[in-house]
Amino acid sequence: MNFDRFLAMAIKEIIQIKRDARSIAIVIAMPVIMMLAFGYGVSFDTKHIPLYLLDQEKSQQSQDFLKHFQASEYFNVVKTVDSYREVVEAIDRGDCQMAVVVPFDFSLKLAAGQPVGIQAIVNGTDSNSANLGMSYGEAVVSSYAQGLQVAWLQRRGQIRVAPPLSLDARTWYNENLESMATIVPGVVAMVMAVVGTFLTSLTIAREWERGTMEQLVSTPVTRMEIMLGKLAPYLVIGLFDTCLCAALGVWWFGVPFRSQLWIFLLSTVLFILVVLSMGYFLSVVGKNQMAASQLALVATFLPAFLLSGFIYPIDQMPAAVQVVTHLVPARYFMFILRNVFLKGTPLSLMWQDVAGLALFAVVLTILATRAFKKRID
Amino acid sequence: MKEGESPIAVRGLTKSFPGVRAVDGLTFSVERGEIFGLVGPDGAGKTTTMRMLAGVLTPEAGEVRVAGCDLVKDPEGAKQRVSYMPQRFGLYEELTVDENIRFYARLFQVKGKACEERAARLLAGAGMSEFRGRLAGKLSGGMKQKLGLVCALIHTPEVILLDEPTNGVDPVSRREFWAILYSLLGEGVSILTTTSYLDEAERCHRIALLHEGRLLFCDTPAALKANFAGQVLSIVTGDPRPVASLLEGRPGVGSVMVVGDGLHVVVDDPARVAQLKNELAAAGVTASIEAVAPTVEDLFVEAVRRGKG
Repeated sequence: MNFDRFLAMAIKEIIQIKRDARSIAIVIAMPVIMMLAFGYGVSFDTKHIPLYLLDQEKSQQSQDFLKHFQASEYFNVVKTVDSYREVVEAIDRGDCQMAVVVPFDFSLKLAAGQPVGIQAIVNGTDSNSANLGMSYGEAVVSSYAQGLQVAWLQRRGQIRVAPPLSLDARTWYNENLESMATIVPGVVAMVMAVVGTFLTSLTIAREWERGTMEQLVSTPVTRMEIMLGKLAPYLVIGLFDTCLCAALGVWWFGVPFRSQLWIFLLSTVLFILVVLSMGYFLSVVGKNQMAASQLALVATFLPAFLLSGFIYPIDQMPAAVQVVTHLVPARYFMFILRNVFLKGTPLSLMWQDVAGLALFAVVLTILATRAFKKRID
Repeated sequence: MKEGESPIAVRGLTKSFPGVRAVDGLTFSVERGEIFGLVGPDGAGKTTTMRMLAGVLTPEAGEVRVAGCDLVKDPEGAKQRVSYMPQRFGLYEELTVDENIRFYARLFQVKGKACEERAARLLAGAGMSEFRGRLAGKLSGGMKQKLGLVCALIHTPEVILLDEPTNGVDPVSRREFWAILYSLLGEGVSILTTTSYLDEAERCHRIALLHEGRLLFCDTPAALKANFAGQVLSIVTGDPRPVASLLEGRPGVGSVMVVGDGLHVVVDDPARVAQLKNELAAAGVTASIEAVAPTVEDLFVEAVRRGKG
């Protein structure tokens, strides 16, 4: 390892990045766009379910009841219609996800003390939001029913009316149970897995394609110097990108950051080394920029998306799949980042995951260096 | 390197690619202060030979010693003292002239004042002093090649390997290019170059003719010319192929080669022109015939024909 030759590679790489509009776009725009796309796109909270209302009675009481749906933030009342046919059409067309129908004898039956059925029609093609819609609907109805009951009991002389049991839940780390808080750290890990691999996936392939490799390998530069010289600038860029993503998470999406900065930086450096080496390896193997960048997307995006615990909790996966997730570096980084952002866990409680990343970093950098041959045959 | 050892010594060098033996038992050596030309048509094995000498391609069989180092045992051993300029432009187009030079200087650990002085001198010699800030990608073909040479020379190599260095370069730049090469000989370097230009081959001290990976002939250009006893006639006619079969095997006619819309015919005596004119006229062919200087192809075709005969 000769420092001058390493420096020669690194400086050359920096100038190339600086002068290539496309790599600037990858460096700045790609992480920001991915952060925003995933931050807004992958929300697990279902709010504002589009709702149609059909009031067959149109009494003061039925209108009063439906106001509770209008007031709920979980529903977005698109339209109040007059016929059943319009409800069916709206669900068919996808104008609404759910419809609530108040029967024509609503207030009469209530006054007579008879039970009233409120009909809810739900579009079951998206079972997740259908389920949520039904339980939100049930909550609205039962709170209205409870209100009626309390009023009825009070009229009959009962002064103190309170339910005998209640769950007093206290949520830690993510006080408002916003899925954004879980998603954003995951998105940061995923964006960096993709961007990091992508950054280096082009470098070696580009030298082959432009014909500069032949002359480069005829010089005394060693493959270690080539590898480190190419990685060093991207390590800085990757670190910058991760901080950019984290900053977006904290100041744009309002996710807390509860850890010490150095734990975040340490694990970020390790993870970036992992993904950069992976991209470098793919670039050596792929030998052309197109193949290398596509390999990079497949090799990072899918595992990081599916097997890192980002979308599906790892402990809910089948045992065999859980074993496989240990081979996905994003899994460790995802776990560390969630702790870093939400919990502020000290390093001593998650050193296994940091060590896992470090192991991957060492193995992959060696593998990538070895894969490259200073030969053109 | 031991006293008296040739800076480039190749023995029985062989390399095959699937379905073709690109280099077949090549043996030659290049001495200090010598410009040696590898001459041959495309596919003769020139580039493959160059790559093996540059230590970027592994030889299949044979011995290669460059700058005193056995490249079969230690392919990296000679790289600090050798410079190689591949056929395809090997510099970074998004770097300026200066940045490319500094990149190669750092790779060979040429630093500080020594680097500055050498760069300035080489650039001046190449007539490129005022283009130091220009992006390499924005240079003309000739300037790119000269920049390639400057980068290749920045570390004062002992052995210089140039693969078709003047391909597609304008005549003025070619002349300058050769002037730089001659000026280097004073430093005691050995230069091995490939070329398909005959006039360039003549500027080499010695040349080797390569055909299908084998060495046909290796001597000074003067000896090569002396060896080529015939006269090349250029025959321009509408449909050259039937004319070629008409002429083949006629008395005094050597090789016959279709070149574009005409023929190159090697005859033993310039006086054959009249005879050929009569024969073509008798066959009802209108054609113009004139004596021309032999091209590298003519030399080859004739050398190959004699080799077979």
